[in-house]
Amino acid sequence: MLQHSLIGRLLLNDTGSRVLTFCCIALAVIVPVCNLIIPSDSEFHVSTYSVTLIGKYLCYALLALSVDLVWGYLGILSLGHGAFFALGGYAMGMYLMRQIGDRGVYGNPELPDFMVFLNWSELPWYWQGFDQFPLMLLMVFLAPGILAFVFGWLAFRSRVTGVYLSIITQAMTYALMLAFFQNNFGFGGNNGLTDFKEILGFNLQADNTRNALFIASAAALLLGYAICRFIAQSRLGSLTMAIRDAESRVRFMGYRDEHIKLFIFVISALLAGLAGALYVPQVGIINPSEFAPIRSIEMVIWVAIGGRGTLYGAVLGAFVVNYAKTIFTAWAPEVWLFILGGIFVFVTVFMPKGLVGLYAQLRTRFSRNSSSDKLKRGSTDEK
Amino acid sequence: MKSKETILYLNDVSVSFDGFQAINNLSLYVERNELRCVIGPNGAGKTTMMDIITGKTKPDTGEIIFAENINLIGKSEAEIANLGIGRKFQKPTVFEQHTVHENLCLALEGDRSVFANLFHRLKQPQIEKIEQSLEIIGLTNEQYRLAGELSHGQKQWLEIGMLITQNPQVLLVDEPVAGMTYQETEKTAELLQNLARTQSVIVVEHDMEFVRLIANKVTVLHQGQVLAEGPMDSITNNEKVIEVYLGG
Repeated sequence: MLQHSLIGRLLLNDTGSRVLTFCCIALAVIVPVCNLIIPSDSEFHVSTYSVTLIGKYLCYALLALSVDLVWGYLGILSLGHGAFFALGGYAMGMYLMRQIGDRGVYGNPELPDFMVFLNWSELPWYWQGFDQFPLMLLMVFLAPGILAFVFGWLAFRSRVTGVYLSIITQAMTYALMLAFFQNNFGFGGNNGLTDFKEILGFNLQADNTRNALFIASAAALLLGYAICRFIAQSRLGSLTMAIRDAESRVRFMGYRDEHIKLFIFVISALLAGLAGALYVPQVGIINPSEFAPIRSIEMVIWVAIGGRGTLYGAVLGAFVVNYAKTIFTAWAPEVWLFILGGIFVFVTVFMPKGLVGLYAQLRTRFSRNSSSDKLKRGSTDEK
Repeated sequence: MKSKETILYLNDVSVSFDGFQAINNLSLYVERNELRCVIGPNGAGKTTMMDIITGKTKPDTGEIIFAENINLIGKSEAEIANLGIGRKFQKPTVFEQHTVHENLCLALEGDRSVFANLFHRLKQPQIEKIEQSLEIIGLTNEQYRLAGELSHGQKQWLEIGMLITQNPQVLLVDEPVAGMTYQETEKTAELLQNLARTQSVIVVEHDMEFVRLIANKVTVLHQGQVLAEGPMDSITNNEKVIEVYLGG
């Protein structure tokens, strides 16, 4: 019954989706319970640090989904998705800055500290209204959405593809990074936005707020997954993959390929923006380093390692790589990039379909082995 | 009685690439429900002609009139395709990661907009249309296989099948039998002849045997111009044609 409903079709009709749905719901229930209810001296207690850490992974997983939608399904290797993530994050950061009010170092009720420091006397026009939660929410989607729309409209209309497109996405995020580094750009320059106090009136340091953000992240991941699946399973999704494999054929069938690409690209940017907005209150800071090209390349590596074009592979990749990063950067931070590069080369050469492809490969090999065993046994029996 | 109405009219079309005159004052009429073969040596401008008709290449001068009086110049590939001009590429171009059925489903005529496709569901007449196309191209038993797994000949038919499903008024077919076995070639000839009952079909071909098999009217291109036009017999006896093409 459930299998045939819309939700069943989106979240439960293959193994990967079932595992992902189950894990998301389980995490959203178990982690807050283990953090809030189980006493801290118990073995099953989850520290608030871990809640925030896993919450961060959930945001990365949503970001990885958005990368997989354009790379795995549409065939566009975007090396600039960090820009959409960071813009969503900055929108949230601006709201959180305004919530500080007069509790900042300079005690100015209107202006964030960095503006007082720069001797600005009034709030710039683009900061107006950011103390309102609904406007912030709108901007979380509008800012990355408009950037993706304008960028995509220009690029796809001029039929920029392949490596050239990847390079200009990289240039886009790099240019934004340089802009956000400027103090007079009005987003806190080098230091970015930080020192947040509360969200919707709830203390950001409180365990309850942290768990609520954690649950929101898990829910957002599941929602993002359902949206991506809905697109992938529709005829539009079929067309998206057709564009990836034979774009000119799609064009000569009478489809406006640039419209389809633009739609998918914008949806992907919206998801990345949402991921950024959930990420910022959990880590407590947003600064221009999120725009750094290396960050965007890392996202692509998560998807490659997890297995592109499956959606759940991207989620798996984001978790595995970021968990490895947490461990290795604590143990030997200077070698992490070498390890990441090494894993990427290894996966590209030996596991082109990533971890989820490896699983499928092992399963078929295992079943083939067991059937050939039977054959052997059958032939010895005859003797 | 077949109508002798013109469906596609190229008038005095010229195009050059970096000084090379690919098409030179080319004029060509194609009638409704006609099967026309276009032949010519390499570099005669056959593929460029197709590119111009389908909107891939913009001509320097001249006009292209489709149906009553729709000027195709300045229209995009997608617009021209939606007006009813389908194109088959020289190299079979199908969606290899999709099943045969999905390939045909994507080709179905209908609303091409993003949102219509996001919420699209197959309706009964469309399902029948796909079944019918599968039958015509003889791939009913292969419909749930990936297109990438098909043989070369089957891919060619699938691409023709996609054009049938798209239901265009004019079909441009670029070297459909290149690399086909004799049996496959015969089957393709039959397929194209059947199509020409309801559509205009323009076939660009190198293979003279195949042209002899299907054509009732042949246009010979040479250096971007029409060198000769007429029934196959008159073409094979035409002195100029023998000189530049057949006799070589």
